[in-house]
Amino acid sequence: MKILVCVTSVPDTITKITLTDNNTKLNKAGVQFITGPYDDYALSRAVELKEQQGGTVTVLNVGEADAEPVIRKCLAIGADDAIRVNAEPTDAYFVAEQIAAVARENSYDLILMGRESIDYNGGQVHGIVGEMLGIPSISPVMKLDIEGSTAKITREIEGGHEDLEAGLPLVLGCQEPIAEWKIPNMRGIMTARTKKLTVVEPAGKDTLTQISSYELPPARGACKMIPAEEAETLIRLLRTEAKVI
Amino acid sequence: MSVLIFAELEEGAIKKSSLEAIYYGSKVAEQTGTTATALVLGEGSTDELAKAGRFGATEVLHASDARLNEGNALAYASVVAEAANQEGANIIVLAKSSLADSMAARLAGKLKAGLAANVIELPDLSGGFRVKRSIFTGKAFAITELTAEKKILAIKKNTITPEETDATAPVEAFSPVLNDTDFVVKVTNVEKATGDILLPEADLVVSAGRGLKGPENWGIVEDLAKALHAATACSKPVSDLDWRPHHEHVGQTGIKISPNLYIACGISGAIQHLAGVNSSKVIVVINKDAEAPFFKSADYGIVGDVFDVLPRLTKAVKEL
Ligand SMILES: Cc1cc2nc3c(=O)[nH]c(=O)nc-3n(C[C@H](O)[C@H](O)[C@H](O)COP(=O)(O)OP(=O)(O)OC[C@H]3O[C@@H](n4cnc5c(N)ncnc54)[C@H](O)[C@@H]3O)c2cc1C
Ligand SMILES: Cc1cc2nc3c(=O)[nH]c(=O)nc-3n(C[C@H](O)[C@H](O)[C@H](O)COP(=O)(O)OP(=O)(O)OC[C@H]3O[C@@H](n4cnc5c(N)ncnc54)[C@H](O)[C@@H]3O)c2cc1C
Repeated sequence: MKILVCVTSVPDTITKITLTDNNTKLNKAGVQFITGPYDDYALSRAVELKEQQGGTVTVLNVGEADAEPVIRKCLAIGADDAIRVNAEPTDAYFVAEQIAAVARENSYDLILMGRESIDYNGGQVHGIVGEMLGIPSISPVMKLDIEGSTAKITREIEGGHEDLEAGLPLVLGCQEPIAEWKIPNMRGIMTARTKKLTVVEPAGKDTLTQISSYELPPARGACKMIPAEEAETLIRLLRTEAKVI
Repeated sequence: MSVLIFAELEEGAIKKSSLEAIYYGSKVAEQTGTTATALVLGEGSTDELAKAGRFGATEVLHASDARLNEGNALAYASVVAEAANQEGANIIVLAKSSLADSMAARLAGKLKAGLAANVIELPDLSGGFRVKRSIFTGKAFAITELTAEKKILAIKKNTITPEETDATAPVEAFSPVLNDTDFVVKVTNVEKATGDILLPEADLVVSAGRGLKGPENWGIVEDLAKALHAATACSKPVSDLDWRPHHEHVGQTGIKISPNLYIACGISGAIQHLAGVNSSKVIVVINKDAEAPFFKSADYGIVGDVFDVLPRLTKAVKEL
C-alpha cells in the first residue's frame, strides 16, 4: 500500500499570537514550529498501517525551506521519504492543487491529512483534493482499518459517530483517537538524516483568497469573583446582568 | 443572480445554526442587491420549509429525494453546485457543521470557489469582497479578500443574531441529477445520542474536566446541564480516559464552540482547551484552585469545590 501523508508546519499550540508590519503579518520571532497535531495523528496511523501491512509512507509539505525540520521529524517517526513543494502556501486551493499534482504522478492508495490545519483552520484541503482527483474524501476520521482494497472508517458526527466503508483510493482528514501520537526515537532521528527529501517546484498558481490584514481578539474584561458560599448569586447574575439564561 | 444558502436538516427540522445562516445570507443579499435562496435537501415538512422564509429567504428550493435524507457530503456538494449554477449564485452561505464542512470543501473544488471558513461578521464590500474569519482557533482573525468569482462563506455560530418575521417565501421543487459515484461511501452503522442538545448547536454548555475525579461523578454536571437545557462538554484528558465520549471533547484538538454561556467545572484552562471555547460570549469558571489559569479568561469565577457548588447552582436554576 502506498500512503501519502500531507503535513503542515504550524506554530506550537501554546504560542501566543502577535502581529508585525502594521498587522499584515504574523510575528514568527521566537515561535516554535511543529507538525500540525491532526497531521501527526494521520502520520502515526500511516506508520502503524505500514508496520502491519507493508507498503510505503511518503510525507508531503507545501511550504518553504523553513518547514524542513518538521519534515525531518516526520521521517524520524517512520515515513520512508518526503516531498516538499517549494512555495509559500498562501491559499487552500493553491495547496490542494500542489497535492493533487503530486498524487496524480504517484497514484497513492491512501492520502491522509489532518482534519484541519491549526493555523488557518480551513478544514478544506482534503475535500478540494478529493474533488480534483475525482475520489471520495472523508473527514473527520477517528478510526481507520484497511482490509484488502476496502477502508473501514469511523467518522465523528455531531453527538456521535458513524461507521463507513469505501473502496480505495481515498482522501481522509484525520483526528484523534485514530492513533497514538508517535515520538521519534534515537534510531529514527539518525536514519531520517539520510532519507530522501525531494524538492519540487509548484505546478499551478491559482489563488482564490488573499489575506489583507490580521487582528487580535479584544481582551475579556476582568473576571467577577463570587464567593463560594454565595454561589447561587451566579445564577441571578447570569440572568439579570449577562442575560444569557 | 442570488445568494444561495445551504439549510441543513436535522431529523427533518432546519438546524438552528442554518436559520442563522439563512438570516446572514439574506443580509448579504441586501448588501449585494439580490435575492436569497435557501436550499433544503431531503424530506422536510411544509412547516419547516416555511421557517426559511421567516428567517429571510426570498425563495426556497427543496430537493425532497429520499436519497438525500442521509447527510452525504459528496452528493450534497453535487446538488448544491447544480443549484448554484441554476440560480446563477456566486455567493454560497452555510453554517459550519460536521456535514456542511465536508460538503463545502468538495463544493469549493467543484466550483473553483474561494472558501472562507469560520466567518464571524458580515462581509465588507467597500473595495473588494472581504470577510473577517477566525484563525488560530480563535486566537486571531484574518481579514480575507475572496478574489474568485465564486465565494463560499462558512459562518461560525453566533456570527449574527437572527430576527424572525412573518414573511413567507415560495417553495419550489428541485430535482437535481444524482450520480451513483456520489454514493460509493456506504454507511454501515450510526451511533448518535438522541434527545440530547447537540454540542456545536447549543447556546449553553456545561463542561467538566479532570477535577471531577471520575466518570461516576458526572451526575452533578448532567443535572446542571439539564436544569439549564444546556449541552455537556469535557476536556481532552476526560475523553482520552474514556470518562466521556469523544464528541464532547472541546479544544484545540476537539470541537470548537461559541455558545452564549460556557461553564467550566474543574478544568484548569490550558491554552489548548481555551482555544476551543474562547469565543463563547460569557465564560464561568468553577475551580477549587484560585490560581487556575482559566480565571484569567473568565467573566465570572467561583473558587470552590465542584461537588459543593454544582448541586447548589442546579437548585438555584430550578428555583428561578
Ligand atoms: C505567509 C502566508 C500567507 C498566507 N496567506 C493566505 C491568504 O492570503 N489566504 C488564505 O486563505 N490563506 C493564507 N495562508 C494560509 C495558507 O494558505 C494555508 O496553509 C492554506 O490555506 C491551507 O490552510 P487550511 O487551514 O485551509 O488547511 P486545512 O484544509 O485546514 O488543512 C487540512 C489538512 O490539509 C493538509 N495541508 C494543509 N496545508 C498544507 C500544506 N501547506 N502542505 C501540506 N499539507 C497541507 C494538512 O494535512 C492539513 O491538516 C497563508 C499562509 C502563509 C504561511
Ligand atoms: C497538542 C495538544 C493538544 C491539546 N488539545 C486539547 C484539547 O483540545 N482540549 C483540552 O481540553 N486539552 C487539550 N490538550 C491538553 C491540555 O494541555 C491540558 O492537559 C488539559 O486541557 C487539562 O485538562 P483538565 O483541565 O481537565 O485537567 P487538569 O489540568 O488536571 O485540571 C483539573 C483542574 O480541576 C481542578 N479541581 C480539582 N478538583 C476540584 C474540585 N473538587 N473542585 C473544583 N476544581 C477542582 C484543579 O484545580 C485543576 O485546575 C492538548 C494538549 C496538547 C499538547
